[in-house]
Amino acid sequence: MKKQDISRSIEKVDSREKISGAAAFTSDIKLDGMHYAKSVRSPIPRGRIKQVNLPSLPKGYVVVDHRDIPGENVVKMIHDDWPVFPKTEVAYIGEPILLVVGPDKEKVAELADAVEIEFEELEPTFGFTNSAIDLHYDKGDPDRAFETAARTVSYEYETGYQDQAYIEPQGFVGYLDEGTYTLVGSIQCPYYVKNAVLATMAADEDDVRVIQAPVGGAFGGKEEFPSLTATQLAVALRKVQKPIKFIYEREEDMIATTKRHPSKVRMEAALDENNNIQGLRAHVGLDGGAYLGLSGVVLSRGMLAATNAYTIDNVWVDGDVYVTNTVPNGAFRGFGAPQMIFAIEMFIHHVAKEVGEDTYTFRTRHQVSQGDLTSTGGVYRDPIILDEMSKKAEEISDYHRKRKEYEDPDTFKGIGMSWFLHGCGFTGSGEQEKIKARVKLKKDADGTVRILVAAVDMGQGPKTTFRKLVADVLDLPLEQVLFPYPDTRYVPDSGPTVASRTMMVVGGLLARAAKDLKESWREGEVQEAMQRYKQPDYIEWDQDRMKGDAYPAYSWGVNVVEVEVSKVTYEVDIKHVWSVYDLGKAIDERIVLGQADGGQAQGVVGLGYLEVMEHEGGALKQKNLTDYIIPTAVDMPKTENHIMDNPYPLGPYGAKGVGELTLVGGPPAVALAIEQAIGRRVRKAPVTPEYIMELIHNG
Amino acid sequence: MADITFTLNGERITLREEPNLRFLDVLREKLNHTGAKEGCGEGECGACAILLDGHIVNSCLLPLASVDGRDVVTIEGYRMTERYQMLEKAFIEEGAVQCGICTPGMMIAAESMLRENPDPTDEEIRHGLAGNLCRCTGYNMIIAAIRRAAKEGEGLW
Ligand code: FES
Ligand code: FES
Repeated sequence: MKKQDISRSIEKVDSREKISGAAAFTSDIKLDGMHYAKSVRSPIPRGRIKQVNLPSLPKGYVVVDHRDIPGENVVKMIHDDWPVFPKTEVAYIGEPILLVVGPDKEKVAELADAVEIEFEELEPTFGFTNSAIDLHYDKGDPDRAFETAARTVSYEYETGYQDQAYIEPQGFVGYLDEGTYTLVGSIQCPYYVKNAVLATMAADEDDVRVIQAPVGGAFGGKEEFPSLTATQLAVALRKVQKPIKFIYEREEDMIATTKRHPSKVRMEAALDENNNIQGLRAHVGLDGGAYLGLSGVVLSRGMLAATNAYTIDNVWVDGDVYVTNTVPNGAFRGFGAPQMIFAIEMFIHHVAKEVGEDTYTFRTRHQVSQGDLTSTGGVYRDPIILDEMSKKAEEISDYHRKRKEYEDPDTFKGIGMSWFLHGCGFTGSGEQEKIKARVKLKKDADGTVRILVAAVDMGQGPKTTFRKLVADVLDLPLEQVLFPYPDTRYVPDSGPTVASRTMMVVGGLLARAAKDLKESWREGEVQEAMQRYKQPDYIEWDQDRMKGDAYPAYSWGVNVVEVEVSKVTYEVDIKHVWSVYDLGKAIDERIVLGQADGGQAQGVVGLGYLEVMEHEGGALKQKNLTDYIIPTAVDMPKTENHIMDNPYPLGPYGAKGVGELTLVGGPPAVALAIEQAIGRRVRKAPVTPEYIMELIHNG
Repeated sequence: MADITFTLNGERITLREEPNLRFLDVLREKLNHTGAKEGCGEGECGACAILLDGHIVNSCLLPLASVDGRDVVTIEGYRMTERYQMLEKAFIEEGAVQCGICTPGMMIAAESMLRENPDPTDEEIRHGLAGNLCRCTGYNMIIAAIRRAAKEGEGLW
């Protein structure tokens, strides 16, 4: 019997329990004798803690702070600047200083409100001035390219904050199980959490256990921040010795957790006498917020996308992360790439317009082909089918006819197209040197196979797709392959659930483990199959100089967006989105289409137009879902998405990365459509009605 | 403290409680009905939606006192109905569920909408869902699911 194509969709394995409300999310968990924890936060952007005045605490209520930490007062990530509980200084409004813990939730909240902290206020820093990380790379001879240029063109671009706005706020439930700190939570990276808690508690490997609960959305927001709440909770567990529930309220989540970095990108192109770009200089600035967290990695990923889907021979790219007294910024689907891709896509159009060329031909002329060198001098090894993809996108959207028709400024309509790439997996040798992913399959005597990995299903579907993949390799019915929620007591560290690496890297290892198991299958016996990540030999990456192959593979996309702008209110009606994606091979088509629909909601509609977040003196002006507007069903346009098959030889069944790709190219597509509709050059996202008005009035 | 009497999923119950408790907390913490979720606590997201006398209401903004004498249906009760089965099937077939935190609320919204308008247009469905936020999908697959349920479940609503 011929096997079915792996892309053919099946029922998502956890749909039923989620539809019925039976799936127990973190806040649905109840334990005997459960206590509650609540943070007391800094009301000022920067200052010294002079004195903490506690209300009188009834029996059973305690305060937990930096003095209770047995190990390091650092949230262990890349840098050690982020304290678990600040000792002497606070660095942003909303920074959690201490916890109040006790048996009654209302009482805990009341006591937390009554804590008074005296500060000596210090001058806060804001804006793009105080650089803490700077990175650089170059390719070719950019100096010469600029010296010999027939002309140069330069522009600056900006993007704003974006909140992940997952519908389930951050949270954990924790308890001590015969002395083991056991933390069940809404997380993306069980081992990040475990390692952070180990350091803070100065505990032994076996004394910390982290279990993933069903996750109600994450989008990067539950990548590093849960390491902070988990370490605080573990410190509290040690002191209180009772189960504790620690769930953020929406407003706490908004003011205190990591967001997408606001960015400023400066670009300069050197053109030869035929209007070809012979050199590009770029500077990327990110507002990192109060603590560095993952900002350096976000910056690097952003910088690597500087030439997007274009080949430019001579490149000079600098970037800085600026530390400010605002909420720390961090991981958010796309991880620096959306900011950069917005800048370069707009810039390519603006350069073409500046030299009086047709934008479409100008871009096509610079488009990458297989065999070209990447921005860092690596090689695009695999087939690139961008031509076919853009043709498809143009056809389904009727792009060229509309583009022409909307040239008439009276229509106030526009159509925009972006094309873009996304590097799959960790940058450079990250997988090999830092993550060292391991996966395990365990077969019981009765033939049931369990998938043991730390990859988290946060809605994107690995609970289904991993089972499907392993079952398919093993020729077993889906029911015989199980994938329990990751629990660090049983699963090896297969790495964090980030960087669109889940299917390509972890899924790839699982497919190999399944193959081994199949070959060694012995009926009636307990068996295990392990796999460990091995970097493809052709990858060469120099981290210090940022040179070589930054990624093992790239996914590609084309977005087309059509808009109509109101002449009266400047509100934008986003009428339709069309997309074509090359993600190698879809392991489940409907799941990928779901990623596309959601990625466009966050990218085209959210980051491109609707979602505004700003701070004033370090205080965020949007603190809840009433002020911070995310797309509703009414805001969301119709979408049409196509997936192309272009299998990647090293991915399972050819699969590459999906999740981030569907977001990163959205903002420029909608911005270019608006640019056409209003006949002004757009240099900022989101392109709000206020900004459109400013552009129309100031030219 | 006051005695509050209401019907919960077809069963009459009386609680002696503070009348100003949030009904969402009463459901989740006192009655162990955790199908209604808390996404925002401020009436914006619809994750906590229930049916009150057949209409969708956000239970996070509802004081316990206001359910006195009324009929409450939560997802735990709704899941026993044929209409639920029809919507469930459609949600699965159209891929309308990602993380699932918004989904019980979406089901309640769909029921409330179809009860008033058994044959909605896409535009009407969009408006009917405007009070329910989903951050994972772009709503299009949820809309398709409701359209499919309305069509295949003709006569049910
Ligand atoms: S929790 Fe009630 S509307 Fe969001
Ligand atoms: S499915 Fe995640 S919020 Fe709707």
